[in-house]
Amino acid sequence: MAAADFSREAERREIRRRWLLSLPALLIIFAAASGPLLIVLVYSFLAPGNYGDVRWELSTGAWEQVVLQRDIFDDTLSFADAHLSIFWRSVKLSLMTTVLTLLFGFPTAYFIATRPEGRRELWLFLITIPFWTNLLIRTFALQEVIRQEGIVNTILLRLGLIDQPIQMLYTDFAILLGMTYVYLPLMVLPLYASMERLDFRLVEAGYDLYATRAKVLRRIILPLVKPGIIAGSILVFIPALGAYVTPRVLGGGKNLMLGNLIELQFGQGRNWPLGAALSITLMAIVMIALLVYVRQAGGRSAAHHG
Amino acid sequence: MLTFGPATAAKGPPEKNDGERVPDQPGSHIIDVRQVAKRFGSGTGAVAALDGVSVGIRRNEFFTLLGPSGCGKTTLLRLIAGFDFPTEGQILLEGEDIAPLPPYKRPVNTVFQSYALFPHMTVGENIGFGLEMLGRPKAAISARVEEMLRLVRMEALRDRRTGQISGGQQQRVALARALAPQPKVLLLDEPLSALDYKLRKEMQIELKRLQHETGITFVFVTHDQEEALTMSDRIAVMSAGKILQVGTPADIYDRPADRFVADFIGETNFLQGRVAGVENGFARVTLASGATIPATVADGFDASRPATVVVRPEHAQAVREGGDLRGRVENTVYFGTDTHIHLRLDDGTPFIVRQQNRRGADCGFAPGEPVGVVVAPEAAQVLRD
Amino acid sequence: MAEAVSGRLEAATEPRRKAGRDFSVKRLPGFATIALICFFLLYLPIATLVVYAFNAGTSIAIWEGFSLRWFEAAWNNAQVVEASWRSLRIAAAAAVLATVAATMAALATTRTKPYRGLTVKYAFINQPLMVPEIVTAVALLIFFSRVKIWTGYTGLGYLILAHTAFCIPFAYLPIRARLENMDLSLETAAADLYATPWQAFRRVTLPLLWPGILAGLMLAFVISLDDVVITEFVKSGGQDTLPTYMLGQLRRVVTPEMNAISTVFLLISVAVVTLFFFVSRKKS
Repeated sequence: MAAADFSREAERREIRRRWLLSLPALLIIFAAASGPLLIVLVYSFLAPGNYGDVRWELSTGAWEQVVLQRDIFDDTLSFADAHLSIFWRSVKLSLMTTVLTLLFGFPTAYFIATRPEGRRELWLFLITIPFWTNLLIRTFALQEVIRQEGIVNTILLRLGLIDQPIQMLYTDFAILLGMTYVYLPLMVLPLYASMERLDFRLVEAGYDLYATRAKVLRRIILPLVKPGIIAGSILVFIPALGAYVTPRVLGGGKNLMLGNLIELQFGQGRNWPLGAALSITLMAIVMIALLVYVRQAGGRSAAHHG
Repeated sequence: MLTFGPATAAKGPPEKNDGERVPDQPGSHIIDVRQVAKRFGSGTGAVAALDGVSVGIRRNEFFTLLGPSGCGKTTLLRLIAGFDFPTEGQILLEGEDIAPLPPYKRPVNTVFQSYALFPHMTVGENIGFGLEMLGRPKAAISARVEEMLRLVRMEALRDRRTGQISGGQQQRVALARALAPQPKVLLLDEPLSALDYKLRKEMQIELKRLQHETGITFVFVTHDQEEALTMSDRIAVMSAGKILQVGTPADIYDRPADRFVADFIGETNFLQGRVAGVENGFARVTLASGATIPATVADGFDASRPATVVVRPEHAQAVREGGDLRGRVENTVYFGTDTHIHLRLDDGTPFIVRQQNRRGADCGFAPGEPVGVVVAPEAAQVLRD
Repeated sequence: MAEAVSGRLEAATEPRRKAGRDFSVKRLPGFATIALICFFLLYLPIATLVVYAFNAGTSIAIWEGFSLRWFEAAWNNAQVVEASWRSLRIAAAAAVLATVAATMAALATTRTKPYRGLTVKYAFINQPLMVPEIVTAVALLIFFSRVKIWTGYTGLGYLILAHTAFCIPFAYLPIRARLENMDLSLETAAADLYATPWQAFRRVTLPLLWPGILAGLMLAFVISLDDVVITEFVKSGGQDTLPTYMLGQLRRVVTPEMNAISTVFLLISVAVVTLFFFVSRKKS
C-alpha cells in the first residue's frame, strides 16, 4: 500500500538525519576520548621500551607489576608494597574526601535551598564561582594558606597556641584537605538539586506528627534527598580517585596517589605498559563505583514506578 | 498540480443537503478520506487510532469532527495536515493524493490547540510567517497582514509580542496566521478549549462569520457537542477510531444512527421494548412496563429484535394525571431557562423531562410525587441498533 | 460565670505562638552556621591569593606593602603572554567546535521518542565526564605520540582535538536543557505554514535555542581554559598553556607573579561565569 510505504520512507529519512547530526560529536569523542582507551588496553599487554614507549612484543609483565614485584636478587615474587600502599592511599583518601564533602556539603546545600526565592540565585552563584575557578589556582591558593609561612600557621603562632609552625603541607592531611576543598562544590550542586525539589509540606507533616528536628532530618529529609547524596558521592569519589594535580601540588613527591603513580611511568619510570595497566585498573575501579551508583539510582526509580 | 489562491466557491451560506439521505457527487468534495487507518505500534500491542475511516468534506462548508477524547478526531486532522502518515488508505485533496506531500507543501493550514505562536516574533510577524515562507514580496505580506488584523479585529496589536496579549487575543492571532496564506482548507484543533465560557461563545460566532466571509472550508475538531451543533454545517460523530454518523446538526440530533450518537449528543432517554407492529413508518412499541408508545422507525427494521427507543427530554411532557408512561419524581434541577425533571418510571427506567420555566412559577412537581409522561408521536425513535 | 468559662476555653485553645520565636519549618540548628563557615573557608584561600598578588615584597606569604609590580612582571613575561595567548586560541577553537558538534547532537537526541541507539549515543556523548582525566590524558599521550611519528605533525591540532572532545558534554548539557523546554508544536506550526525543515530550523528553532547555545559556548570555553591534566600530557615541548606553565612554575621558587597571573585568570573565569548566569536567566 502506498500509504505504508510513505510512512516507512519518512521514518528511514528521520533515522538517517539523526545519525548524520550525531556524527561529528561521536567521531570527535571516539577519536580523542573513547578510541584511545582501547589503545591503552593494547599497550598494557606490551613490553616497555628502553627510552619510554613500547616494544611490540606481547607480555603480561605490566599486569604483574601492578600488584607484584620481583626481588632483584633472588627473583622471587612478592607483593609490590609501594604500589599497594598507593592504591590504599587513593581509595582511603577518596572515601574520606567523599565523607567530608558530604558532612560539609549537606548543610551548605540545605542552607542554599532554604533561602528565599530571590536570594537563592545569589548563593548558587557564590557556590558556583569556585567550581569554575581553575583547579590549579585553587590548589595553589590552599597551598599558600597551609604552608609554614601561611595564614593558618601565622595566626596560630600569633595567638600563642603553638610555638612552632605545624607541618601541614606535603602530608596526607594536605591532600585530603585539598581534595575536600576542591570537590566541595561538586557535592553541593547535586545535593542542592535534590533539596530544591523537596516538598517542605512533608517536613511540616512530620513536625505535626510530633517528630523532633533530629527525627525529621533522619526519617524524612535524608531519605527524600538520597538521590542527591548518591549523585554527589559519585561525582566526588570518581575524580578523587584519579586526582593528579592536587596530590602533586600538596603532597609533594612522596605522598603519591594513583594518578601520580601513573604519570610516573610515563616520565621517569619509563614503563608505559605499566602506566597503561594502572590506568585500566583505575578505570575498572571507577566502573565498579558507577555500577553501584546505577544500581542504587535505578533501583530507586524502579521502586517508585513499581 | 496543487495551486494556491482564493477559494473558488462563492461566498454565502453553503448548500444545504440532507446529510446522507441524498448522496452527493464525488466531484464536489474538496477532501476525500478513503478507508484510512492509522495504527501505532505493531503486532499484538498495536493501537488503532483510526480504523477504516471514510468521509467526504465539501467545499465552503464548516465541517466538524466530534467525539470524546481518544476517538481519533485529532489523529485524522493531523493526517490531513501532513504531520503523520496513514497506515492504510488515501487522503485526496481536490482529487489528488496528498500522501507524498510534506506539510509545508500542502495548501492546508492548522490552528493548534495550544496556538503555537512563535514567542520570539511579534503578532504581525507571526501572521505574515506563512507568506514569508512562500516567498511573497514584502509589500504584499504587509498588506495581507493588515487585512487579517482587520478581519479578526486586532489592528492595534500588530507590534506586540505574543507573550504580552491575552488568551483570547492569542487565539485570534493563531486564526489570522492560519488564514493569511489563504489555504484551501483550514483545520482547527479544539481551538476554543482554553477559553472561558463567555469568550468561547463569542468566538464561536466569530468563527462562523469568518468561515462565511472567507469561503474557506473549515474542518473543526471538538469534543463539545453543543459547540458542534451551533457551528457546523455538517458533523461527523466519531468513537474509537470509527465514524458513526455524518450529517447536519439536525440530522444528528433528531435521527441519531446508533446508541452512542444518541447518548453523546444532547440528553436522551432510552426505553427498552419490542416492536408490536409497523404502519406508515410508525411502529407501536411495547415497553417493559406494558405501556405502548408510537415511535418512528427506519425501513426494514427487524421486528423480532428487541428495540431501543430514544426520546429527547424536551419532546416529552410531564403531567399529573394520565400520560403514556407513569412514574415518580426523584429530583428537579433548575437551569435558569428550563428545569429538568428527573423521574423514575414504574418499571425502574430513569427518565428526564425538560420543561421550560415560566417567570415566577416553579415547575410544579416536587420529589416523591407521582407523575405521567406524554410522548409526542413523532418524538420517539427506534434506534437502528 | 459564663465569661470565666469562655475565657479559659479561649486561653486553652489559643495557639502557642507567643512562647519563644516563630517556629520555622525549614530551620535545622547549626546548618546555617556550618554553611556560612563553608562559604568563608571556600573563599579564604582565593582571597588570600588575590591579596598577595598585590604584595610589594617577593614572598607569597609575608606582606610588605601594596604594589602592582607583579602584574607588570607577568605582563612583561614573554612566556606568560605566549602561554596565555595559546590558551585563549585553543579555548576559542575548541569551544566553537564543541558547541557546533554538541548542538547537532542535541538536535538528534532530544525531544524524540526513545529509539534504538539513543541511550548508547547519550552515554557516548557524556563519556568524557565519566572517565577520570588522567586515564584520558594517558590514552591520548599514547595515541598522539604514535600519530606524531606517522605524520610528523606537531601543531596545536592535537590539543584542540583533545579539548574539543571533553568540551562536548559540557556544551551539550545546557543546549539539551533548553531544547527540551521548547514546545515541539512550534516547529510543527512552522511546517504547517510552508517552512521547509531548514527554514523552520533557522527561523524558529535556532532563535529560541540561541541562549542555550551561548551558554554551552561559554561553559566549553571556561572548561578548556581551565584544563591542566590532559593538556599536560598531550602537549609537545614548548606548547605550554597558562595552566601547564603555572604547574611547571610551582616546582620552583614561587613569587607573587604566580598570584598575579592567578588573579587575572580568576577574573576572566568569573566574568565568563557571570555572563553565563545572565544568559541563562534571560528569556527563560
